[in-house]
Amino acid sequence: MDILKRALAEGRKPDLKELVEAIPYCRFLGVETDQKGTELTTILRFSDRLIGNPMLPALHGGVVGAFLEITAVIQLLLEAETEEIPKPVDIGIDYLRSGRPIDTFARATVTKHGRRVCNVRVEAWQDEHTRPIAALHGHFLIKPRSAESD
Amino acid sequence: MSEPTDPQSALGFLLAGIPHASALKLHVVSLEPGKAICRVPFAEQLIGNPDTRVIHGGVITALLDNACGIAVGSRTSLRGQIATLDLRIDYMKSATPDEDILAFAECFKVTRNIAFARGIAYQTDRDDPVATCAAAFMLRTRSQPGKPGTDQGST
Repeated sequence: MDILKRALAEGRKPDLKELVEAIPYCRFLGVETDQKGTELTTILRFSDRLIGNPMLPALHGGVVGAFLEITAVIQLLLEAETEEIPKPVDIGIDYLRSGRPIDTFARATVTKHGRRVCNVRVEAWQDEHTRPIAALHGHFLIKPRSAESD
Repeated sequence: MSEPTDPQSALGFLLAGIPHASALKLHVVSLEPGKAICRVPFAEQLIGNPDTRVIHGGVITALLDNACGIAVGSRTSLRGQIATLDLRIDYMKSATPDEDILAFAECFKVTRNIAFARGIAYQTDRDDPVATCAAAFMLRTRSQPGKPGTDQGST
């Protein structure tokens, strides 16, 4: 991806705001980033179209899962020097509380940074960090800079 | 409320009023008790990688979650009272751009509190999946104890 290649060539971290803007699905969901150094929090701005259960109402489980996955990918783009957007291999999502119709936040930790595969954990919360609404763990394929073909 | 017998009326009824399903243009293609096929049409706004134009994995997550939920709902008559407990997805290959994504979901076990489902996301051939999933759902999340099977209207 151009934004990533440029950042790598210039020896800096990619501009995450620019990156999120360049991904149509992130715009569709309403994902924003709040970056302070290497500490990254993603924000899912609430909108009505994110609702999956209008009776409660609650966020759609797929939306919460997608938001966790996006957070994992953005964290990897910040930490792994990769030219391409990481691809998910497998993810497991635990739904802990119903997502209320308000903004949601998430933070990711890269648990294991392999040469080709990274293990990532993500937690999402709403008003209290200590009361997560969902958690994800997953593996993502990365394409390291000037990766030799294998 | 009794189970709709006309599959066509059931299909519209199932996703009516779910804003995120409308946003994805997600719809039910076929339904029988415990089994559902849903479809999400390709759309530019769902692209996750602007270089390859591949749909974002999150769309597949939403599709599989919804399809499994419908399969569970159709087997338990607990529509609106089920909540995803966990969802595990294995991504087999990238989706082909400009093609719709389908999901076949099957609820294969229902216990007092939990239902288990699995699903396959694919484009043209179910034997060549884009992703597969296994999911567990909590049942009767909104009704009082001793009132199993009450429909959404009473909650």
